[in-house]
Amino acid sequence: MAQIVLDRLKEHFKAGEILETGSQHGNEWVRVQRDSWQAVAQFLRDDAVTAMDMFTDLTAVDRFVREPRFDVVLHLYSLTRKHRVRLYAGVPEHDCIVDTLCAVWPGANWFEREAYDLYGVRFRGHPDLRRILMYPEFVGHPLRKDYPKEKRQPLVRRLPGQVD
Amino acid sequence: MANTTDILSATAPRRVVLGVQETSDFDAPDLPSEPMPLNMGPSHPAMHGTVRMVLEVEGEKITSADVQIGYLHRCFEKEAECATYTQIFPYTDRLNYVSPMLNNVGYAIAVEKLLGIEKQVPERAQFIRVIVGEIARISDHLTCLGAGAMELGAFTPFLYNVKFREWLWELLEEVSGARLTHSYVRVGGVSGDLPDGWMDRLRDVLERGRGVLSEVDKLLTRNRIFRDRMDGIGIISKEDVGAWGLSGPVARSAGVAYDVRKDHPYLVYDRFDFDVPIGSVGDNFDRFAVRVEEMHQSMRIIEQAMDMIPAGPIIINDPRIALPPKTETYNSIEAMIGHFKLIMDGIHVPAGEVYSFTEGGCGELGFYIVSDGTGRPWKCRVRPPSFANTAIMTKLLPGLFIADVVPTFGMINMIGGECDR
Repeated sequence: MAQIVLDRLKEHFKAGEILETGSQHGNEWVRVQRDSWQAVAQFLRDDAVTAMDMFTDLTAVDRFVREPRFDVVLHLYSLTRKHRVRLYAGVPEHDCIVDTLCAVWPGANWFEREAYDLYGVRFRGHPDLRRILMYPEFVGHPLRKDYPKEKRQPLVRRLPGQVD
Repeated sequence: MANTTDILSATAPRRVVLGVQETSDFDAPDLPSEPMPLNMGPSHPAMHGTVRMVLEVEGEKITSADVQIGYLHRCFEKEAECATYTQIFPYTDRLNYVSPMLNNVGYAIAVEKLLGIEKQVPERAQFIRVIVGEIARISDHLTCLGAGAMELGAFTPFLYNVKFREWLWELLEEVSGARLTHSYVRVGGVSGDLPDGWMDRLRDVLERGRGVLSEVDKLLTRNRIFRDRMDGIGIISKEDVGAWGLSGPVARSAGVAYDVRKDHPYLVYDRFDFDVPIGSVGDNFDRFAVRVEEMHQSMRIIEQAMDMIPAGPIIINDPRIALPPKTETYNSIEAMIGHFKLIMDGIHVPAGEVYSFTEGGCGELGFYIVSDGTGRPWKCRVRPPSFANTAIMTKLLPGLFIADVVPTFGMINMIGGECDR
């Protein structure tokens, strides 16, 4: 359905930015190089053929033991052309950072905060990278596969005068 | 029946009395106004959910807003990674807890896509899913509008709406056994057939429900106080919809006719005749009116589905996916083993990834499931529509008055269970 998007990307990015493309269960996906994450997203939004004007979802996947360990996963939709695409960017554990998309779609703000909160992936240039679902004193990133489900953390009381 | 469509299509300019079209008119230069932080929530009687807002106000005017969610976080994704595919259904009930059926359906479709049995789900089951799903949508909108009106001081419409919602929930209780957390849908179908005479009772409830809607319409739609606080407030533009990933009634009120049921029909939605209402201004009143009209459209869909529903099985006949009938489980060793394996190991879903999306109560409800080929998902992500819809509050609130927070937040309809998961 969205093969046209994949073709357009391969046609435009020829310097190795697009690592792999594929299609499964009716979802077209693209694996892009981490350094060109923002450039590809910007292109997808602005190009007249792809016209990905709607930011749908951003999350991360912990592919524990595989390298790079994390994938940042972005889902996009085009309200005008009615097609979708999924983007992956591999992020290694020792350098857990990728460019923010807040400048492309402001809606990415909270989704990136959530990915940071739950997976510990940081977003370069994010205006307000705080925890969003967990409380500020929480230690660790609970959706990482090495975070045990049974682990309990006491709610740390806030110190007087401390602001968040 | 009062007609809401004429209000939707009204082109007359909106009168703004207490609104904020020109906030500078309201500035009193002689009063000293210095920025003051104001904390609203997390638990506030006029708040539409458990959420904290740290507002910075100058007099009555909000200059910046920090909306803090997460108070209802229940580790849905972490729990789902440790549960079998069937065990996740009760968790999905608690996402959008005013329309659990729609979450059930959305999740089931995602797993069915991974299994590749999407087209093999019996037709009767698909019709049942549509009917119960649309009932859930009506109850979702009823709650949103009723609570929204109550927060503005109109208590009667809330009671009327809850009365109608109760009739609907009684019907869903008859179907599933549970009033609120139904867990009725299964992978490959639904867990039980509709009881005898159920559809007649549903017809009766819809008829009475139309009466309730027209009563509420008389109380709210032309109510001066209600309109003054809704009209022209919290305007969302068409551009915002895509940029912020808005969907559902919030997106449609801004004039974007995006409805998954229409644009990417799933189940049997392509066989029904229904309209997608859109707003023209994108303000709070449009979000109200769009929801009212959607309830009428949902009733149309239910009535068509009841006329068209075929007889037949209600769950796929595949021992690897569906539990065998109880009579067989107790009388044959094969069925007993099949039952045991399904309960203990779960449904084995081939390795793969899928993003499946349906129209939930608040908008595009997406499930992004990563399967590693075992009976439990590697990752089960919900794309919560409320999450994206609530995020735009940080943009909408600055420039409004403190009193505008309540109707704006009510019509955005943040559902804590879904937003915080």
